[in-house]
Amino acid sequence: MALILDNVEIHRGSFHLNANLTLKPGTSTAIIGPSGEGKSTLLNTVAGFITPAAGRILAEGSDITQSPPAGRPLTMVFQDNNLFPHLTLAQNTGLGIAPNLKLSPADKSRITQVLTRTGLTGLEGAYPPNLSGGQQSRAALARALLRGRPILLLDEPFAALGPALRQEMLDLVQEICATEALTLLMITHNPDDALRICPQTVLVAEGTAQPPHPTQDLLQNPPTALKSYLGI
Amino acid sequence: MNTLLKAAALTLLAGSVAAQTETPTLTIYTYDSFVPEWGPGPKIEAAFEETCACDLVFVGAGDGAALLSRIRLEGARSEADIVLGLDTSLTEAAKATGLFAPHGGWDVELDVPGEWTDEVFLPYDWSHLAFIYDKTKLAEPPRSFEELAASDLSIVIQDPRSSTPGLALVFWVKAAYGERAGEIWEGLAPRVLTVTKGWTEAYNMFLAGEADMVLSYTTSPAYHIIAEEDDTKVAAEFREGHYTQVEVAGILQASDQPELAQDFLDFMLTDAFQSIIPTSNWAYPAVKTATPLPEAFNTLIKPDPALLLSAEDAETMRKQAITEWQGALSR
Amino acid sequence: MVIIRSAPGPIVLALILTLTFGATAALLTVDGSGGLTASDWSAVRFTLLQSMLSAAISCALAIPLARALIRRRFPGRAATIALLGAPFLLPVIVAVLGLLAVWGRGGIINDIITPFGIPKLNIYGLPGILLAHVFFNLPLVTRFLLQGWAQIPATQFRLAAQLGLTPSARFRIIEAPMLRAIIPGAFLLVFLLCMTSFATALALGGGPKATTIELAIYQAIRFEFDLGQAARLALTQFALCGAAALLALSLTRPQPIGGTIATPDIWPAHSRAIRTQDVAFLALLIPFLATPLALLGINGTAALASGLPTGLPKAALTSLTIALASATASALMALALALWLTRLSRVQGVVVEGLGILMLAASPFVVGTGLFILINPIASPFALALPITGILNAAVALPFALRTLVPALRESEQRFGPLSQSLALTGWSKFRLVTWPTIQRPMGFALGLAAALSMGDLGVITLFAPPGIETLPLFMYRLMGAYRMADAAGAALILMALSLALFWAFDRGGRLGTHTR
Repeated sequence: MALILDNVEIHRGSFHLNANLTLKPGTSTAIIGPSGEGKSTLLNTVAGFITPAAGRILAEGSDITQSPPAGRPLTMVFQDNNLFPHLTLAQNTGLGIAPNLKLSPADKSRITQVLTRTGLTGLEGAYPPNLSGGQQSRAALARALLRGRPILLLDEPFAALGPALRQEMLDLVQEICATEALTLLMITHNPDDALRICPQTVLVAEGTAQPPHPTQDLLQNPPTALKSYLGI
Repeated sequence: MNTLLKAAALTLLAGSVAAQTETPTLTIYTYDSFVPEWGPGPKIEAAFEETCACDLVFVGAGDGAALLSRIRLEGARSEADIVLGLDTSLTEAAKATGLFAPHGGWDVELDVPGEWTDEVFLPYDWSHLAFIYDKTKLAEPPRSFEELAASDLSIVIQDPRSSTPGLALVFWVKAAYGERAGEIWEGLAPRVLTVTKGWTEAYNMFLAGEADMVLSYTTSPAYHIIAEEDDTKVAAEFREGHYTQVEVAGILQASDQPELAQDFLDFMLTDAFQSIIPTSNWAYPAVKTATPLPEAFNTLIKPDPALLLSAEDAETMRKQAITEWQGALSR
Repeated sequence: MVIIRSAPGPIVLALILTLTFGATAALLTVDGSGGLTASDWSAVRFTLLQSMLSAAISCALAIPLARALIRRRFPGRAATIALLGAPFLLPVIVAVLGLLAVWGRGGIINDIITPFGIPKLNIYGLPGILLAHVFFNLPLVTRFLLQGWAQIPATQFRLAAQLGLTPSARFRIIEAPMLRAIIPGAFLLVFLLCMTSFATALALGGGPKATTIELAIYQAIRFEFDLGQAARLALTQFALCGAAALLALSLTRPQPIGGTIATPDIWPAHSRAIRTQDVAFLALLIPFLATPLALLGINGTAALASGLPTGLPKAALTSLTIALASATASALMALALALWLTRLSRVQGVVVEGLGILMLAASPFVVGTGLFILINPIASPFALALPITGILNAAVALPFALRTLVPALRESEQRFGPLSQSLALTGWSKFRLVTWPTIQRPMGFALGLAAALSMGDLGVITLFAPPGIETLPLFMYRLMGAYRMADAAGAALILMALSLALFWAFDRGGRLGTHTR
């Protein structure tokens, strides 16, 4: 599904961010840029937690600028607090199917399937505090999968994981996006992550979210704003 | 008319007839300690219901002052037929409300200090205020307010702004000393350990050993003798005489059972009622009982003279007497 | 939809305003002229003085006590925390007698010191009032603080330990923000509770110098039948309450949260100085709170050895019924109000919570009398005595429930708000799956407190006093008023035990089945 930010302006006090860009259906895009320049703000605006001061957000042609977060054709995995600690894994992921947790036997077998697919076999009854960081991330992805939304937003959910585990998770994301034909938009601090699964990258710096640019090219010939951030 | 309607009408009719033939209810507002099963209420209720073919209901409403304010609030809508438990320091204010009706007089000889002339309220018992002490701890009790002031004893009294015995104490000093009342209170002030909201707090603090003496009644020792076989609690006899609290009952103007209410007032002065009073309300009956009072009552002090301000004087002096008290004790 | 979801909150607020301002206005309709006298103003000044001091001392002592309780392990610790509820829940007269058994002229402290030639301790006057008010309220503030400490993330303490922060730096950086979140509200509650103190202040105050506004109100209603005067005094109370509430609530900052929650055993090791300080506070304050209770327990047990006073089981059952009903009502009211006010802006929230707290500043005599005037033309206040008692008790417990629920709801919203929003969790589903599990514990605490408060209440029921209905505190008070002190001591013990049991059961119930922490 195509995602278009049409002359979007975001104001948060003295902070301003402009975005005018298009993401083609089924593409994977990284968001990269110095801290505090508005990466999370951009993602939160797309997700519907922040209303832009001007401009429109379009998903597959329809205007979703005023839609509530849950009404948008997208799902987001946060940095933390993705899971309710007092609900089991099955319940936490089941929320992706039915927010009132009225789950049919068919729903339940779907949950089991998705848990297996995300490497969480047999953990239906476990509570999040008893899981490892990697397992918690997998569970968040499992729910995103169950929600079946065409656009996936990731706000650095794997930042706290070790390199091997992080790569494992990125591969899982890539595989999911490929099989489900999802449009992916993810924030990262790590150029390697971007290179690994995102052919294109949006640079957020100096008050602007620039249109996507091939990742390889951007990292090899970085503009000044990116240069100092990357430490080159 | 269909049968259903007829049946309904008949039921209604039957209901209203039943309501009319139901036993009438006589509602009496009284103070709290009259009502419990160990108080006079239940025994009096049983005795009166034997004679009246009615249902007597006692409603406890705080203390004497609370009773009067309750009646004032309810006004003519009150469910009460009789108020029982005001004392003479409140009767004048009660009459001024216009809510009470004159009683039908009395045909027995009243045994109440002073001459009874009230046309609205009738007395049912009385007692004298006194300072109670423990004779095992205090050998030489004071014999007057002045001796008390000169002693190093501690006393607990009740606040005249929130309790009827507290108010009666202020009247006691006023009745005994008149113009000198303020001066007497200034002398007493250092002796006052503390002032409580009501009798219950004060008496319990005394029993807990907080003070040497407490303001209560000459009849208090009778309770300890009869109920607890404890004769250590004694009333100190004061030379000035002791103030008298006469407790009264009156019929409300708005009563829907005026005859029954009058029957109750008549009953109140019979032996059936009066003989219950001494050992349940711990006070002197307002009419001599057929059987003599229990032996313990003979051991009690017999104050002389018995002091009592007239209801009119009490009403006019109240504010000033309280201000005098407050001024002296606030220094 | 938004309006329907918000409706219960404004309805509860309207009810509170009716019970407070409505009742006061009803008194003014009877008699509206007049003003406050010089002695009224001195009562106002004295009320302010003793309430401020009581609240300040209670809070100042609660901080070291709560901290020592949370970081020290000792046998009987859990029982101590459970018993903390007791002083607050006792009827005034019982608590005062318990205190006097320790501190009074005939109390054990004087028994101990007088043989050494030390002059008799005399607590009557301001010290006595403060002693009693701290005895009542120190445990309450401590309970609030225990919750606050338990919510400081473990990582913060680990960080502090790793950075080698000095105790004072750790206090400033980690603990002060939590105190900032809790102390102003706790101070406010204690201030208001002490403001309507009357029997305690008078009995221990040593004379009419210790006249509070509440006594002046009682006098105006009961003796002078000057309802306008009572209303004016009540409005003065509300004004003081309003000023205090605005000040305290605007000083409150929400407790910073995030990360995993500290369990006491991960606290860093402490220096000997800190251990000594903790032990000293525990050794002083626990006996201060426990000894009067123990003496009441001993007295009561001795009295009960000769059998239960007849009529006690029935009175106990009446009290339990009212307590459970008003706890339920209180919890529902608090929840409705809290759900509403957490959606409002900060300033609006402060105003609504301030109004919700008004009930504490309201004189029971004014509320009771005002309601009487309002209800009497429509129905017999007798017939409605039980529901009115339940609602009034519930309204009085409301501020405590709000104090615990509002922060918990805010935290729940802060942690899970965006997630719930993105999952389309709304309405009942959101409440059941997200909100309820995260507020279960404060809710249990609030329910327990409301039930126990209602259990020990002597104020409201006596105002309407329907025939044949007697609560346990009233039953006990009537025993005391009929010279039957031993039976009263037994009844007091049973009352204390039932209140504590109710509190404990609800408080514990709130912890079961929670996986949050």
